[in-house]
Amino acid sequence: MANIQIQNVHKSFNDIHVLRGIDLAIPTGECVILLGANGCGKSTLMRCLNGLTYPEQGSVVVGDQDMAKTRGRRLRRQRQRIGVVFQHFNLVDNVSVFQNVLYGALGQQPGGLATTLQALAPQSLRQRAMQCLDRVGLADQATQPCRELSGGQQQRVAIARTLLQAPDVLIADEPVASLDPRAGRAVMELLIDIVRERGMTVLCSLHQLELASEYGDRVVGMKAGRIELDAPRHELDRDTMAGLYQGVVRVDEQQPTPADTALAYSA
Amino acid sequence: MSQYQEAANTPTPPSRYQRPSLFACIVVVVFLGLLTKGVMATDVTLARLASGAVNLVDFVGRALPPKLDDLDVIGGAMLETLYIAIVGVTAGVVLSVPFAFLAARNTAPHSLIRIGTRFLIASMRTIPDLVWALIFVATVGLGPLAGVLAIVMDTVGFAARFFSERIEEVHPGPAEALASTGAGRLSVIGGAILPETLASMTATSLYSVEKALRSAVTLGLVGAGGIGVELSAAMRLFNYNKALTIILVILVCVLIFEQLSSAIRRRVI
Ligand SMILES: Nc1ncnc2c1ncn2[C@@H]1O[C@H](COP(=O)(O)OP(=O)(O)OP(=O)(O)O)[C@@H](O)[C@H]1O
Ligand SMILES: [Mg+2]
Repeated sequence: MANIQIQNVHKSFNDIHVLRGIDLAIPTGECVILLGANGCGKSTLMRCLNGLTYPEQGSVVVGDQDMAKTRGRRLRRQRQRIGVVFQHFNLVDNVSVFQNVLYGALGQQPGGLATTLQALAPQSLRQRAMQCLDRVGLADQATQPCRELSGGQQQRVAIARTLLQAPDVLIADEPVASLDPRAGRAVMELLIDIVRERGMTVLCSLHQLELASEYGDRVVGMKAGRIELDAPRHELDRDTMAGLYQGVVRVDEQQPTPADTALAYSA
Repeated sequence: MSQYQEAANTPTPPSRYQRPSLFACIVVVVFLGLLTKGVMATDVTLARLASGAVNLVDFVGRALPPKLDDLDVIGGAMLETLYIAIVGVTAGVVLSVPFAFLAARNTAPHSLIRIGTRFLIASMRTIPDLVWALIFVATVGLGPLAGVLAIVMDTVGFAARFFSERIEEVHPGPAEALASTGAGRLSVIGGAILPETLASMTATSLYSVEKALRSAVTLGLVGAGGIGVELSAAMRLFNYNKALTIILVILVCVLIFEQLSSAIRRRVI
């Protein structure tokens, strides 16, 4: 089990100051939904939690390790405990659904790739992978190549991959943004069920406000690289959430443009 | 139509022709200069072309009919050429895979290694196969081994470059997803990048085989084994009838081989 402690995190790309002093603590087992307009820094923050990018300043502690300082073998061991679900699924297109699920064990299996290939994996691992696939309702598609699946199905495969990885922490970066409303809701439902079963600590970004208050224990809102909103789900109101999308929201803009102002008034 | 004329402040479309840039003008002038100078320097004159044509007819006349007595020797030499190509290309393609991963931006362990590997591949490619053959004839002696080594160099120079370009085009998402589970570098390459590049690598390898067969034919001219040795001997002894047979055998074999290879290539992609 693991909790998350983010303190005073700053991150810049070239001249753009993307994260401008982020403080955020997530206790073990809590599900936090992250809101914010395009380009406000959500993905950058979430990538810091898995060592996919590093902040210049501050600490990103997951469990007992500061991800901002972890590299090499220790980073790989720590990453096994931190699952990531991506907006664009990030499956390997040219291999089977089953093989993609098996890849979830790449970090843990001694022998790495050799023992996670469909043909070479130990029977116990194959069995577990099949259970994960069954849990997301895709047992029948096991031998299909991934590229033949619909978006919703592909995200389920990605979830099954994370399920086999069995992390303590789940980072989900807009897991339903590429899906239609119905498929998106179904995938969100599945994801939340799974994290509740496993007691995972969750940070999940979304663009759908109605899903946020429905699935999160707590909602955190970002605006232009800072945290502007942090409230338990029953204290949320629509106006504060809508405020996240008005005025200067992106990290790469200075003044609101006329178009933004017009949008803000029409909203 | 009239509604367009009424709108007085419609922005005008861009003009139809663009003035060529200074850079384009310089390139054209330099090219034309080199072309005229080149035609003079290489002594391309109508008179010489005409006499060449006459000599060509004369050569064909003397080479006809092709002499078929030595067909077994020629066939043996052609087979040796085929072996040189196959052995050289196989070794070259196998070597190209690690070279390509070391040279691709997204898989190289360090930028210095990447630059070093790129330089190595580029030198293998820019030194022509005939020059490699000359070098290996000098180092390992006359015969097919020199030819095989020359083909290896030529194949790595060509295939490793194409492989690494293909590797760099692979979408980074899946590799990132595998890395995020704690997978090591080799697992990420084998699990996410290799499956996405395998088809294109196979096609490039088959094309390398065709290319290698053509160059294996010429390598014999400098003594690196195969049918080229027979051809150069026949030409030097003015045994034009035999030379014609050899050329025909090469033509048929290379054609059959190319057809075969491109048929396989079409099925792979
Ligand atoms: N690797 C990178 N290199 C350069 N700039 C980057 C990089 N990653 C992010 N940025 C910049 O950081 C800013 C914030 O990006 P980020 O992806 O974190 O926003 P986001 O909140 O996830 O937006 P979205 O809702 O569109 O996903 C953007 O201006 C983006 O251009
Ligand atoms: Mg994002």
